[in-house]
Amino acid sequence: MSQAQNRPKVGLFATCLVDLFRPSVGFSSAKLIEEAGCDVHVPIAQTCCGQPAYNSGDTKDTRDLARQVIEQFEGFDYVVAPSGSCSAMLKKHYPDLFKGDPLWEERCRRFADKVFELVSFLADVRGMSQVKARLDKSVTYHDSCSGLRELGIAKQPRQLLATVEGLELKEMAGSDVCCGFGGTFCVKYPDISGKIVSKKTATIAESGADILLAGDMGCLMNMAGKLKREGSTIEVRHVAEVLAGMTDGRPIAGSGK
Amino acid sequence: MQFTAPQFKDNAARALADPQLQKALTNVEKGFIGKRAAAVAALPEFDALRDKGREIKNHTLAHLDLYLQAYERKVTESGGHVHWAESAEDARRLVLDICQRVGAKTVTKGKSMITEEINLNDFLFEHAIEPVETDLGEYIIQLRGEHPSHIIAPAVHLNKEQVEEDFRRVHTHLDPERDLTAPETLLSEARQVLRKRYFQADVGITGANFLIAETGTSVIVTNEGNGDLTQSLPKVHIVVASIEKLVPTLEDCSQILRLLARSATGQDISVYTTFSTGPRRTEDPDGPEEYHVILLDNGRTAMLGSEFQDMLRCIRCGACMNHCPVYHAVGGHAYGSVYPGPMGAVLTPSLFGVDISGHLPNASTFCGRCESVCPMHIPLPKMMRHWREREFEKHLNPATARYGLGVFAFIAKRPRLYRMATAIGARLLNLIGGSKGRITTLPFASGWTSIRDLPAPEAQTFTQQWAARQKQGA
Ligand code: SF4
Repeated sequence: MSQAQNRPKVGLFATCLVDLFRPSVGFSSAKLIEEAGCDVHVPIAQTCCGQPAYNSGDTKDTRDLARQVIEQFEGFDYVVAPSGSCSAMLKKHYPDLFKGDPLWEERCRRFADKVFELVSFLADVRGMSQVKARLDKSVTYHDSCSGLRELGIAKQPRQLLATVEGLELKEMAGSDVCCGFGGTFCVKYPDISGKIVSKKTATIAESGADILLAGDMGCLMNMAGKLKREGSTIEVRHVAEVLAGMTDGRPIAGSGK
Repeated sequence: MQFTAPQFKDNAARALADPQLQKALTNVEKGFIGKRAAAVAALPEFDALRDKGREIKNHTLAHLDLYLQAYERKVTESGGHVHWAESAEDARRLVLDICQRVGAKTVTKGKSMITEEINLNDFLFEHAIEPVETDLGEYIIQLRGEHPSHIIAPAVHLNKEQVEEDFRRVHTHLDPERDLTAPETLLSEARQVLRKRYFQADVGITGANFLIAETGTSVIVTNEGNGDLTQSLPKVHIVVASIEKLVPTLEDCSQILRLLARSATGQDISVYTTFSTGPRRTEDPDGPEEYHVILLDNGRTAMLGSEFQDMLRCIRCGACMNHCPVYHAVGGHAYGSVYPGPMGAVLTPSLFGVDISGHLPNASTFCGRCESVCPMHIPLPKMMRHWREREFEKHLNPATARYGLGVFAFIAKRPRLYRMATAIGARLLNLIGGSKGRITTLPFASGWTSIRDLPAPEAQTFTQQWAARQKQGA
């Protein structure tokens, strides 16, 4: 890794799903962050942002996990995660958790200011307008809810995807409609989640694209799992893999090359 | 109505398996969303209006006691009467007392969710007074013995063929040859039947979209004009409204009116917006002889000052349910409460207790689309999470879920243990996935695998692989 004096230090918060299920997203993210002129660090003790506990009403455990993340990452210039929902958790919800806490409120606010979702970091913070990648396929992009509504991520991934050589973007209808994942929702209410995701896979198929992309592993695993169950051959990948040109490995769903 | 929120899961399963309902729900998804979007796009100041709307309601709620007193004074000055009802029971009694005093046999009703909340129709029936719903949707569901499945489109769960069937069943005078396939023919049939009922009614009951403190006025918006006939023809008009309907001035009311119809149906404004102030004056050509307002609390003052206060800004436009993926999947009846969808998921536990409404704030993906369209900027997902926190504190959520979460949090707070567990997990899942990388059933994960495959991971976690590469590089 190149170490220059003035290159910002970025702590890569891989997210627990990338760590366990999709290491290639971690490597793709690292590659992109480097291409954006930063040094990448991966604190090896990182675990989970605490969203499952937070959305289940367990604020005490959430606060413990939040402190752990802040301690591990506050020393970096930026904290970047390849997930809209985990980034929103760190950036938007952590500060709520420590409101009125004399020790942590200010510390958390300073930390939260440094947190960015991967693609918005590349485009909005680092001004990246072009990627060095090629993919001779058509893709459709699903806007994951948290990234879209909490962080305003919609045009950045599309703008960068447009610079991937050979790639064609085929928008699906209702790309901003929830896929039915919803964290613990998808296992607490499997029938309802199943109905929502099957509407989603229908619109994905109608788009006619070869590959489905999104920026969140939770949504991707939900849609990929449903597509597989339906016997679809549509490939599923995290948007970072395509932007980084790292599409040699097996996709999350679909046959791949 | 029967409160079935505790059976939400069964209700939902039934709804998902009902092809008629699923067909009707497609109309919600296809119809309302596009219309709202077009109306919003055509009004550049829409977002600024939302901020203004929030400000007006926040200000009102901060001084609710003062505005309520001012409102009461104005109503009294205009010759009307204000009655205060702390509970649903109080409100029902007050309505009954008025009806009995004037010897009412029949009352007509404009569409009103608040009378659903207090279960007024059943109560009046029990006391030998017949309530007649005059809004077409309400009329239809009354024929069917049902309750609204949507706060602005009560019969949205039905298809027109079902309505035709109901009309032929109940309107026995109908010529079997008569064509009722077009929605307009159904409307005119209902109108003919209802016209007589307006003249029979001794009392007309409406809700209110707004109460205006400055003038002592109640405001209703409708598209059929039924509300106007309900409140002006009978000799007594009763308004039943909850206390958060208050706005300070006429000007405030008109600002929020600009948000209401656009958010609800995508109209610039509803067909009828009717302002009533007091009973008929001598110079008026028509109007009721008596004008009563029953102001209902039913748990609302307890929301003031709590983390649920923002919910009291709600203007009942229905946009949140129109944009909710869960509502689209299961419809309004599955929620088992008067108020369905995201607003109901917040309000129902406030009104009826979280111990029996716990499913509702949990049955959300937190996709946030409701909040993004709510004209009053109500942070609905955040408040659903507050309810989950209350449940967690009170140990109301299922023991298995608590246990699973507890184990996860325990491990996630111990990075070394977490590393070990995920390393083993990755290897194991990779093995189960085999060469296809596909897991179709997994013990303890049936919630996931009953619907979808679980894509299997690589044999090593990202952090393992990263650390190994760092070592090689060093
Ligand atoms: S919560 Fe908002 S969107 Fe839902 S009904 Fe109330 S005002 Fe409308």
